[in-house]
Amino acid sequence: MSKKIGDVILDLQNISLRFGGVKALTDISFNVREHEIRAIIGPNGAGKSSMLNVINGVYHPQEGKIFWHGNERKKMEPHMAAQQNIARTFQNIALFKGMSVLDNIMTGRITKMKANFIEHALWFGRAKKEELEHRKKVEEVIDFLEIQHIRKTPVGRLPYGLQKRVELGRALAAEPSMLLLDEPMAGMNVEEKQDMCRFILDVNDQFGTTIVLIEHDMGVVMDISDRVVVLDYGKKIGDGVPDEVKNNEDVIKAYLGAGH
Amino acid sequence: MPTQANYAALDGLHTFPRLLLHHAHVRPNAPAMREKYLGIWQTWTWSDVAERVRALACGLAELGFKRGDNLAIVGDNRPHLYMMMAAAQCLGGVPVPLYQDAVAAEMLFVLQDAGIRFVVVEDQEQVDKMLEVREQVPSIEHVIYDDPRGMRHYNQPFLHDIHELMEMGRIHDRNHPSFLNAEIEAGHFDDISVMLYTSGTTGKPKGVCQTHAAFIAAARGGIEVDRMDADGDILSYLPMAWVGDHLFSFAQAMVAGFTINCPESGDTVMTDLREIGPTYYFAPPRVFESLLTSVMIRMEDAGKLKQKMFHHFMAVANRCGADILDGKPVSTADRLQYALGNLLVYGPLRNVLGLSRVRVAYTAGAAIGPELFKFYRSIGINLKQFYGQTETCAYVCLQPDGAIKFDSVGQPAPGVEIKIADNGEVLVKGPMLLKEYYKRPDATAEACNADGWFLTGDAGFLDAEGHLKIIDRAKDVGKLVNGAMFAPNYIENKLKFFQYIKEVVCFGHDREMVCAFVNIDVGAVGNWAERRGIAYSGYADLAGKPDVLQLIRECVEQINGTLVNDSMVADSQIHRFLVLHKELDPDDDELTRTRKVRRNFVSEKYKVLIDALYGGKASQFIETEVKFEDGRRGKVSADLKIIDCKTFPIVKKAA
Repeated sequence: MSKKIGDVILDLQNISLRFGGVKALTDISFNVREHEIRAIIGPNGAGKSSMLNVINGVYHPQEGKIFWHGNERKKMEPHMAAQQNIARTFQNIALFKGMSVLDNIMTGRITKMKANFIEHALWFGRAKKEELEHRKKVEEVIDFLEIQHIRKTPVGRLPYGLQKRVELGRALAAEPSMLLLDEPMAGMNVEEKQDMCRFILDVNDQFGTTIVLIEHDMGVVMDISDRVVVLDYGKKIGDGVPDEVKNNEDVIKAYLGAGH
Repeated sequence: MPTQANYAALDGLHTFPRLLLHHAHVRPNAPAMREKYLGIWQTWTWSDVAERVRALACGLAELGFKRGDNLAIVGDNRPHLYMMMAAAQCLGGVPVPLYQDAVAAEMLFVLQDAGIRFVVVEDQEQVDKMLEVREQVPSIEHVIYDDPRGMRHYNQPFLHDIHELMEMGRIHDRNHPSFLNAEIEAGHFDDISVMLYTSGTTGKPKGVCQTHAAFIAAARGGIEVDRMDADGDILSYLPMAWVGDHLFSFAQAMVAGFTINCPESGDTVMTDLREIGPTYYFAPPRVFESLLTSVMIRMEDAGKLKQKMFHHFMAVANRCGADILDGKPVSTADRLQYALGNLLVYGPLRNVLGLSRVRVAYTAGAAIGPELFKFYRSIGINLKQFYGQTETCAYVCLQPDGAIKFDSVGQPAPGVEIKIADNGEVLVKGPMLLKEYYKRPDATAEACNADGWFLTGDAGFLDAEGHLKIIDRAKDVGKLVNGAMFAPNYIENKLKFFQYIKEVVCFGHDREMVCAFVNIDVGAVGNWAERRGIAYSGYADLAGKPDVLQLIRECVEQINGTLVNDSMVADSQIHRFLVLHKELDPDDDELTRTRKVRRNFVSEKYKVLIDALYGGKASQFIETEVKFEDGRRGKVSADLKIIDCKTFPIVKKAA
């Protein structure tokens, strides 16, 4: 592979997250390097989505440190993550169902808009010029994801696989340097999964975007990831390149059960 | 075979490159091509196109493309690919467009047969196909691609970005400024302008060589009949390898100087159609059919008032719409009603279909149902049929305005002569005939008789006013055991006019009765089932529902009722049928790429079903291998019910 994997850009050290008495994550450390595809896997309830929410600033871990580009990150909120060029998609699709594909993707540009509310409402000054620029960017995303034919279709009328693609489009519209994908292929058929894999690889390859993804489909994970973290009951039980992880005793036990 | 083009009448514009230069000179700023890119229509004027073609041609020359070379073109309709056609012609080369949805193995034959050295493709998908077959086609030297997306990691030296080729060409042009003009000057009207491969309903595809003179004659004839001018738009969305697209989007556009518009992608054609609002539109019957089906489905879901209004005014249109379009006398009351209907229903409907500005719409390639044909004409769309084949530049018969007959393909086009052979086969002669089949003198000799008539292979007859009626493929017309004529296409087409039926294959030659395979139309039948609360999971499930079988049975019996009234085909009533468990598909070789049934292949493949139909069985188990789009294979199986239909006794007219 010709892509270059760079330095560590996100470093999580000894993260623990509790909800009251329930321990969601216990003492987890791992890092993400620039331009890599990093997968987080694990059985149901292992703490994968919690991990993503910690990175994204939705949850605040009680213990542990997070370094973003070498600087320790203090308390942070999701909108700050967005400003730091971290975009994400959700496990259960979170699009505006009544809005068109185009408008939904346009919302991904919101952090880049400089014109104020009045200008937007009255459509003058910076707002007009800005919207044309943003629209161009959005059209590039539409072209990239090959969804020209549904540009004006309300999202609620689309099949599931396409909605997932639109959600990826909205995240891409923000031109993120890091993309968090929460089960991008859940509930898809084989063909849709293949398409999604291709898009993820293309995003990583063409834009150099760092990708952190949660996925259940082992075949997919092993095929497209550079490194994999395995969680089980909130603890890290494996970390490494796909081949290492595949042969890790603990991982096999967690997935196949102790009886084997 | 000598072409009979009267080149004196061509004002020196007797090759396509000369026509291009002519337009660039006469209307340099008029739009020649449009393409939607990033959601916005981009326009190339005639002078832009001439400049690019010049650069492309010089670039090809720089890479070593020579007079007489063949240039394979593979991709969706893209302006650059049309420009490449002209670029090859500038150098005295021959463009060979291929069907872009074919898999690599299917392209292999044509690439080998045509001895291809240069290929121009649309995108990465097609580049991959070329890389796949390159081992078997060692003659390929250069592959040029239009869309650089996904091509970053391809570093083979024989791959070139089309923009790189243009740059190369511009430098070449600066260093040898008189080179290209001399090449264009050297072009002769009797040179081969394009090679189109027949779709291969029978045997291996054959390369049909057409001269500049032939295609220009065909284009001029059509333009004359329909009084077309430079001020027009056409949506170019049908495969570039198909003769009709070459005639409409290339030859006629080059002769008349109108604008061709390339859709954004195959999936956006309907949206693009509405945005462009072409003045000149071509679609095979199945497209008109699916347009009508989608309108009907939406009408069934509309409110009561709208439904009432729609049906009332459609009845008015059905009564007088076609006559108004033909300029025939119609009562004032009907005219008023029609005008109101135009305001309330037909106008908005035409707009929804994207056909508001259409001056002429054409259909061909298969028979169109009289009801369907009449529907479009009655709402004010000048839909017409033509008749022709690859070997005749798709130009034999045209329906002239004001003399439209639903069941004929029209009168011989200007310059064309028609004769019916003793066996009923249609023979044609004219300037648009093929020069030869590529490297196949045997096939050329077989297709044209000693007097220069081309044997179309279609059975038909001329009626009293000189309109040609086509019954079927001459070789498909068979006989039942009792000696009655059996024209499978004729019956199949009648059945396909039902919105619920997508495809039919009839059997009957050398049999005592006619039986049929049916494919349901998932869209229409699915909607029908939903409204009745019938749950289904997919095609195979839906096709097996007893209610659906009953629905199809009613359709078949209705057709039996009309067949019995026509003494020629009364014996061809369908006695038994079954609904296939899978849709016939070109990927499984059951249909050609132009979606015509491969009759022999289907009857071989489903022999067990045919035996069950004629063996009197009530059902038959079948398992079939299917090919998915990505090349994987799978199996579908089903236990198919065989349905007996009511037939009507034939009343012999008293002699």
